[in-house]
Amino acid sequence: MADLTVSLRGVSRHFGRQIAVEDVSFSLEPGQTVALVGHNGAGKTTLMKLMLGLIRPSGGTLSVLGEDPGRGFGARREIGFLPENVAFNPSLTARELLGFYARLKGARSEVGPLLAQVGLEEAANRRVGTYSKGMRQRLGLAQALLGSPRLLLLDEPTTGLDPSLRLSFYETIRTLGSKGATVLLSSHALGELEQRADRVLIMHRGRLLADGTIGELRRLAELPVRMRLRVNGSWPALEAALPPGTEVTRSDGIVDLACPAPRKMEVIRHLASDGTAVKDMEITPPSLDELYAHFLRGGGE
Amino acid sequence: MNATLAIAGKEIREGLRNRWIVATTLLLGLLALTLSFLGSAPTGSTGARALDVMVVSLSSLTIFLIPLIALLLSHDAVVGEAERGTLLLLLSYPVARWQVILGKFLGHLVILAIATIIGYGAAGLALSFLSGDGFSEGWAAFGRMIANSIGLGAAFLAIGYAVSALARERGVAAGIAIGIWLLFALVYDMVLLGVLVVDQGAVITPPVLNALLLLNPADVYRLLNLAGSEGAALATGMAGLASDSALPAPVLVSAMIGWIVFPLALASMLFSRRQL
Repeated sequence: MADLTVSLRGVSRHFGRQIAVEDVSFSLEPGQTVALVGHNGAGKTTLMKLMLGLIRPSGGTLSVLGEDPGRGFGARREIGFLPENVAFNPSLTARELLGFYARLKGARSEVGPLLAQVGLEEAANRRVGTYSKGMRQRLGLAQALLGSPRLLLLDEPTTGLDPSLRLSFYETIRTLGSKGATVLLSSHALGELEQRADRVLIMHRGRLLADGTIGELRRLAELPVRMRLRVNGSWPALEAALPPGTEVTRSDGIVDLACPAPRKMEVIRHLASDGTAVKDMEITPPSLDELYAHFLRGGGE
Repeated sequence: MNATLAIAGKEIREGLRNRWIVATTLLLGLLALTLSFLGSAPTGSTGARALDVMVVSLSSLTIFLIPLIALLLSHDAVVGEAERGTLLLLLSYPVARWQVILGKFLGHLVILAIATIIGYGAAGLALSFLSGDGFSEGWAAFGRMIANSIGLGAAFLAIGYAVSALARERGVAAGIAIGIWLLFALVYDMVLLGVLVVDQGAVITPPVLNALLLLNPADVYRLLNLAGSEGAALATGMAGLASDSALPAPVLVSAMIGWIVFPLALASMLFSRRQL
């Protein structure tokens, strides 16, 4: 129990009659990078606010870094938070703002290095009011990284970041993760989470629909593996003898196959059996987008 | 405490940056000068010194202006940050909500104090130069008036935070703040006066009247200034009232402190209950 960074048991949160989070249980371990996936209004932000102790649960218990976040704010010293659409007072400069937040966390020496890390060194003495959305987002990241947090809660962290900053952002996350920090990030950009998240939590209308590594979710979802082949004239003979359950769509030298995941190797062996019929092959396992869509359709029951 | 001071420091910096401090200082200074030069003409025969007259005319100005400035600063403190989205981030830091309120209060109080001391002080200096009364006379009362004005501002800052912590929208907070300003700066005294005339001392005996005066920070301020300056009381023709008043300065000062502390505590409580 003490080892878990975050632990939620049966947590619910209602706003009047509206249900924001309903009976959610999961726990996060040190060093994990976890993706929190769901539509707008699925309860992602509410979960983060609950972990920060900004709102209290209507039911259930939660513990963050060994404390009940509703009781005291001591644990927040070790939490970094980046809200969705982060906003700053426009009349102050980035250095002043980051200095202010650093003072609240007792981490004043980190201001300079962090500004350099997010690439805001040159703009640091300009008012934040003159910043682009991407620059504000970078400043938001910098403040979340203050005080070497053990838990990072990032709500849509990569919106507005250009590709190179995105890469350096994920690099930073990886470094923090290897030092034992737990990172929970919510995002709509499922594609970019695919390689980076150890684990995925899928939320829908306040409920936790699925929880597991991408591999586990793929097995659960039983979604077909897709293959795209470039073939020559001897293809039809091969197609006739494909293992059962394989769907085929043909168009002009390109063949799209969809086969159940457990039969994948069987299909590949069959395709390779006739030396020249298949000229090229691309294999795509079900993407996070497809998994997400699958679980939303109610496939997770 | 460090968090509170950090928040106070940030408010002062913002006040400097967005010209709040400069604007209010100029406004107070210019109005104080205008009022005192216009008001100094007809004093001749009462034997009041120029600064004493200024104390009187400035306290009338202060009763309208300082609460308005204080409410303008404070009504936005919680609800404005909530609407701009900066509050969520601030509260994710290791700070208690009462520290946020106290920090903002200290910061805004410094802004108000700077504006009042410089604005009124400059006008006072200019007047005592020109009138040739010299520096020593009347300055104690003038200094007390400035201190009282800052106290009055503090009370309305505190009231403003309570409004801000309660309101769901900025427009609502502004509306309530204006209502409170009208009530305490204008309506309260008018109604009280009307009741006194109709009542003819039947229900509203002097002790009741005193209690009623303590229930309005603006009246507490007025009485404090009269209690602090005989010369000023003479100039207003209210010397009789001031000496008759059963409210000695310590009572008035405690009432003013109460008007600061209770709304601040209320604001902290309302803020703690606020949903984000």
